[in-house]
Amino acid sequence: MIEIRMHGRGGQGAVKASFVLAEAAFQGGKYVQAFPRFGVERRGAPVEAFTRIDDKPVQIRSQIYYPDGIIVLDPTLIEVVDVTKGLKKGGWILINSDKDPEFYDFGDDYKVYTVDATEIAVQNRLGSRTAPIVNTAIVGALAKITGIVTIDAVFKGIDSSIPRFQEENKSAAKQAYDSIASG
Amino acid sequence: MKKTMMGNYAASWGAQLARVQVIAAYPITPQTLIVEKLSDIVADGELDAKFIKVESEHSAMAACIGASATGARAYTATSAQGLALMHEMLHWAALARLPIVMTNVNRAMAPGWSIWADQNDSLSQRDTGWMQIYASSAQEILDSTLIGYKVSEKVLLPTLISFDAFFLSHTMEVVDMPEIELIDKYLPPYKPEYKMDVNDPRSFGALTDEQYYYEFRYKMQKAMDEAVDVIKEDGKEYEKITGRAYSLIHPYRCEDADMILVTSGTIAETTNVAVDELRAEGKKVGNLRIRVIRPYPKKEILEVVKGVKKLAVIDRNISPGYSGIFSQELKSALYNEVDIPVRSYIAGLGGRDVKIEDIKDMANDTLKNDAPNDLIWKGVKI
Repeated sequence: MIEIRMHGRGGQGAVKASFVLAEAAFQGGKYVQAFPRFGVERRGAPVEAFTRIDDKPVQIRSQIYYPDGIIVLDPTLIEVVDVTKGLKKGGWILINSDKDPEFYDFGDDYKVYTVDATEIAVQNRLGSRTAPIVNTAIVGALAKITGIVTIDAVFKGIDSSIPRFQEENKSAAKQAYDSIASG
Repeated sequence: MKKTMMGNYAASWGAQLARVQVIAAYPITPQTLIVEKLSDIVADGELDAKFIKVESEHSAMAACIGASATGARAYTATSAQGLALMHEMLHWAALARLPIVMTNVNRAMAPGWSIWADQNDSLSQRDTGWMQIYASSAQEILDSTLIGYKVSEKVLLPTLISFDAFFLSHTMEVVDMPEIELIDKYLPPYKPEYKMDVNDPRSFGALTDEQYYYEFRYKMQKAMDEAVDVIKEDGKEYEKITGRAYSLIHPYRCEDADMILVTSGTIAETTNVAVDELRAEGKKVGNLRIRVIRPYPKKEILEVVKGVKKLAVIDRNISPGYSGIFSQELKSALYNEVDIPVRSYIAGLGGRDVKIEDIKDMANDTLKNDAPNDLIWKGVKI
């Protein structure tokens, strides 16, 4: 089972990101579970969402405490939330940031990746510059980094779990996917 | 066909597949999505039903009672304070012997204001005469709605299907949607023997003196007794068409267990995982999920637990001044029948997360301690 925890701020689309990722994995033939921590996320407040992916139905009904990977939708959260809490050794951290991964120091136990999902969202007219919706870009980047889902599955996930602006969201996902250097 | 959906939508699509004819509902978090989706389904012409917007939950149940009395298949959904506001009408629906099915998203009663998982709302309605089901997956929410109508329309008692707020209501997972053709065969239209009909006038709910009321109660109890077998039969028939089995209790690795955890709702699913881990550590532990608490499956429970050395109950609810409600029910079932020490834990009130480690802690605590205990607060921060 793969367990992923998303850290974002209310309005960025963290919950939706967890759903799009789950839907993409489902399209790839997996069993999935995705859910928000509280369900009443306030705009701007730190929020968490979770995705579990497995080959059999997921029975664990508690939050994710020992994730395999972490997604950070807003890099300022790193100063206020212990985003790596419980992250498994060898786990990965994907941060929405215009900085290089080397800018972030989480020690040697984790692999750090960055993608400028904010800029990609703005270019694709997803949200505004002050409140960009970065969820689909970040899932596109995750597809490249982890290979958990293919980019085609992400497109399918967007089609079935995002009701509007599907082309813009797919474009953002693809752009983020392509922006990550292979290997 | 398999697709992903939130638990709430599994309830909506369950109602659609059941071809409900009247939906009367008032929105309340975390139930809102259920009726929002149904309102879309009706507005889009995908379900031939009357959607009645009402000013309160009391009216929602009153409208369902009226609709069901005329022979319509009626549905509503609510949560917490909304269910409490229905209380008077819940007795009415059950004593009028109307086969209404209702979804309740288990939410903590306020104050403190909470929208998170807790079973006190539905368990407070235990004695209203409704059959009560506690679902533990989105799949089961959908399936229980269909089985619920079939059972209700046979025994003429309403069914309440409850499931945990957010842990199911807002969790997206994979659900296998049965084909409507199969469901139409499984659940034919509701045809009551007596119904409210202007062309065939009768009295319903009239003044009933002591010569008759007592027997109404007796017959209601007989219907509950009968429902035990009907739930099993209709669950088996459902398994034939979908491959998914449902009964009143769902034991997991109980056959050779020395100690059994007794659980319900989403905690029961996490407990299955905890049991696997405990078994891997060499501990002979099982999990008995109570899916139906009314009618209470006493005989079936005794059958599973009779040879066991100890029992541990996990309750996401409490009857203040005594103890957890599933625990009380279990102990009353054991009394006069078998002598097994029961340790009773309260966990997860108000949506507090119950982790695999928490469940293992409770299991290990019971394995270590031979003395029964009516009330153990797991993880209280005092």
